Amino acid sequence: MAAPTMHRPTTATSSTQTITLAKGLNMGLRAAMERDPRVIVMGEDVGRLGGVFRITDGLQKDFGEQRVLDTPLAESGIIGTAIGLAIRGYRPVCEIQFDGFVFPGFDQLVSQLAKLHYRSQGKVKVPVVVRIPFGGGIGAVEHHSESPESYFAHTAGLKVVACSNPVDAYWMIQQAIATDDPVIFFEPKRRYWEKAELDPTARPEPLHTSRVLRRGSAATVACYGPMVRTCLDAAAAGAEDGIDLEVIDLRTLSPLDLGPVFESVRHTGRLVMVSEAPSESSIAAEVAARVQQECFYSLEAPVLRVTGFDTPYPPSKLEEEFLPDLDRVLHAVDRALAW
Amino acid sequence: MSSPEQWTPERPAGTPAATAASPTAEQVIAGLRATSEGGADLVQLLTPEGERVSHPDFDIEITAEELRGLYRDMVLVRRADREGNALQRQGQLGIWVPLLGQEAAQIGAGRAMRPQDMAFPSYREHGVAWCKGVQPTELLGIFRGTDHGSWDPLEKRFHLYTIVIGNQCLNAAGYAMGQKFDGKVGDDDGEATIVFFGDGATSQGDVHESMVWSAVYDAPLVLFCQNNQWAISEPTERQSRLPLYHRARGYGFPGIRVDGNDVLACLAVTRWALDECRHGNGPVLIEAFTYRMDAHTTSDDPTRYRLSDELEAWKLKDPIERVRVHLVRQQWADTAFFDEVQAEADQLAAELRDFCLNMPDPPAKRIFSEVYAEPSPVLDAQRDEFLEYLSGFETTVGGGH
Ligand SMILES: Cc1ncc(C[n+]2csc(CCOP(=O)(O)OP(=O)(O)O)c2C)c(N)n1
Ligand SMILES: [Mg+2]
Repeated sequence: MAAPTMHRPTTATSSTQTITLAKGLNMGLRAAMERDPRVIVMGEDVGRLGGVFRITDGLQKDFGEQRVLDTPLAESGIIGTAIGLAIRGYRPVCEIQFDGFVFPGFDQLVSQLAKLHYRSQGKVKVPVVVRIPFGGGIGAVEHHSESPESYFAHTAGLKVVACSNPVDAYWMIQQAIATDDPVIFFEPKRRYWEKAELDPTARPEPLHTSRVLRRGSAATVACYGPMVRTCLDAAAAGAEDGIDLEVIDLRTLSPLDLGPVFESVRHTGRLVMVSEAPSESSIAAEVAARVQQECFYSLEAPVLRVTGFDTPYPPSKLEEEFLPDLDRVLHAVDRALAW
Repeated sequence: MSSPEQWTPERPAGTPAATAASPTAEQVIAGLRATSEGGADLVQLLTPEGERVSHPDFDIEITAEELRGLYRDMVLVRRADREGNALQRQGQLGIWVPLLGQEAAQIGAGRAMRPQDMAFPSYREHGVAWCKGVQPTELLGIFRGTDHGSWDPLEKRFHLYTIVIGNQCLNAAGYAMGQKFDGKVGDDDGEATIVFFGDGATSQGDVHESMVWSAVYDAPLVLFCQNNQWAISEPTERQSRLPLYHRARGYGFPGIRVDGNDVLACLAVTRWALDECRHGNGPVLIEAFTYRMDAHTTSDDPTRYRLSDELEAWKLKDPIERVRVHLVRQQWADTAFFDEVQAEADQLAAELRDFCLNMPDPPAKRIFSEVYAEPSPVLDAQRDEFLEYLSGFETTVGGGH
C-alpha cells in the first residue's frame, strides 16, 4: 500500500510523500533491512500479522521468515536471544507489543543488554533496538498505556529515544538501527495515525539531538513523544491569548541533549516540562534538575512539571484527567508567568 | 544416543515423531494435533456427535439434572459473551475479549471447583467467573474502562483478571503454597488452587517457574492451560515442539490432555486434578484442547492470519451443540427446557446491556485512591492540588483556555 504522493509545485520536493507515523516506521524498517542484511525484526505477531499496530506490515512477506521472526510469547526470550544474535553479528530490532509488557524482559535489558559493552571493555557490541509503543490516550485496558521510559534512562549503557512525528519516525528508527549501542526506541502509539510530509532525500538531524519546533519568548515548553503534539497545540492556543511559547522536542532521553533547552531558557526565563510519565524520579525531574543548575540566574520562576500522576495508570475512563492536556500545560505556563 | 525419546516414556503407537531432532514443520504440527481427533491421549466423555463414551481413568456419573445445569451454564455465558461483543461494536466498551468456543473448558473446570478452592484467571475466563459467582456485569468495568476489576477477589475466591501473560501462574503457585503451609491440604476437605493460562503463555518464564515452584513445594495447584490453538496470530507450533501437556513430565507431575470442547471430560479431569491436589498429590497440568472461535479480541482481525475452513471444522465440535444433542437423545430435556434456557439467556443479555448503558464514569479522585494500603500524604497533596485545579473549570464558563 503506497502512501499517496503530494501534488505540489515541482521544486526539489518531487519525492515528498504524505505518511503516517506508523508508515514512517514501516518505511524506515524496510530501508534499514534493504541496506543491511544483518538487520532482523523479531517479536510477537510481527510476521504474518504485521504487528498489532501493523508497523511491520509486509516485511515478512518481502524479507522472509528468517529475517522477520514471529517469536514465542516471552519478552525475556525476545530480548535475551536478540542479545545473542547481536553477539553473533546481527542487528536485531525487537518489538515489544505494548509498554506494559516489557517487564518480563527487563532483566535481560538491564543485566545484559545495558552492560555487555562495559563488561567486555568494548570487545562485544550489542546493537539491539527495542521498539516500544508507549503512552496512553487510546482507551485501552491495563498495561497498554504506560510510560516506562525513565527506568531505561536510569540504566547506564542504554540509549533511549522517543519519536514524535512521522518524519522523525522514519529517520530515527534507521539511525537507531545503525547505532552500535542498544537503543530503546519509544513510539507514541496514540500518534501512529498522524500524518506529515516526508522527503526521503532530505538529510536528517543526528539522532541524539533535541529540536526547537516553535520559537517563542514568553516561556519554554520541553516535551517528547506523544506530548509534543499536545504542547504544539497549547502553543497555538497560547498565541491566540498573546502568550508566545517556545516548544522543544527532546527526542533523545538518554543521553539528553539539553543545550537547546538551556539556550532557550536563558532567553525565556521559564521552563515547563511536559511528560505523560509519573513525575517522581523521571525524565522531567532530570531535566528540571539540570536546567536549574545550568540556568539558575536566568530563571524567573522554578521549573514546573506537567506530568502523569504518581499513581498506576488509571482505568481508561479517567485517562483524560490523568494525561497532561492543553489546559494543564497552559495552566502551568500561567503559573510560571505569574511567579 | 541423545534422542529426546530416550528421556520420555514411549508414545502410543502412531504418534508422529515430533520429538525427533530437528523435526520438520509438518512433523511438529502433526505431533501437536495428533490427539485432537480423539486419540488415546485425549480424554473425552462426550463426542462431538453427542455420543457418551467411557474412559478408563476419568469416567464420571452424571445425572440428567447436572447435565442440564452444565448446558444452561454454557448457553448463558455464551449469550453474555456475545452481548459483550455487541456492546463493544456499539461503542459501549473499549474492547471485549471473547470466550466463544471455550465454554466447555471453562464451565467444566469452573464447576469442578469446590467453594474453598481458589482460582487465578487470565483475561478470557468469563465462564469461570460465572461459576465463581462473579456476574457478567461485574466484568464490564474492565472493558469499559471504569475500573481494573470490581469484584472482591478474596470473597469470591476468584483473583482479578491478569493481562500480563503468565504473571498469575506464579501468584497462584504462591497462593497454593500458602494453602499447604496453612495445613489445609491432605484430606477430602482440603483446599486447592487452579490457574488459567493460554497456549501462548506456556512460553513465558513465569509459567515455567510456576511449574518448578509448585512441584518443589508439592503445592495443590492445577495448571489449566486452554490451548485454543492461537496466541493472537501465532499458532501453537510457534511455542512448542511437543504437545503442551507433555511438559508436565519434565517437571515431575502428571499432564493430561482433555477435549476442551467436552464439558463432561473437562469436569471429570479437573475434579480429579483438584482432588489430587487437595489430598496433597499436586500439582497437575491440564491441557484443554479447544479453539478460539472468534477474534483474539474485538481489536483483532483473524482473517489476516488464519483460514476460515479451520473455523468451519471446529464448528462441528461445538461444545454446546454436543450436549444439546445428548440431552435430546437421552430424553433428558424437552423443547420447553431449551426454550426456557434461551429465554433466560436473553434476559441475562438484556440486563447486561442495561447495566452497561447505566454505568457511571468514575470520579477524578479515583485516580489517586488506594494506591497504597497506608496513608500517603505526598500523594494526597498531589490529589488535592489536582482536584482544586479541576474545580476551577466548574466555575469558569467555557472551561479555561
Ligand atoms: C507479557 C505480555 N506480552 C504480550 C502481551 C500481549 N498479548 C495479549 S494476549 C496475547 C496472546 C496470548 O495467547 P494465549 O496465551 O494463547 O492466550 P489466548 O489469548 O489465546 O487465550 C498477547 C501476545 C501480554 N498481554 N502480556
Ligand atoms: Mg491461545
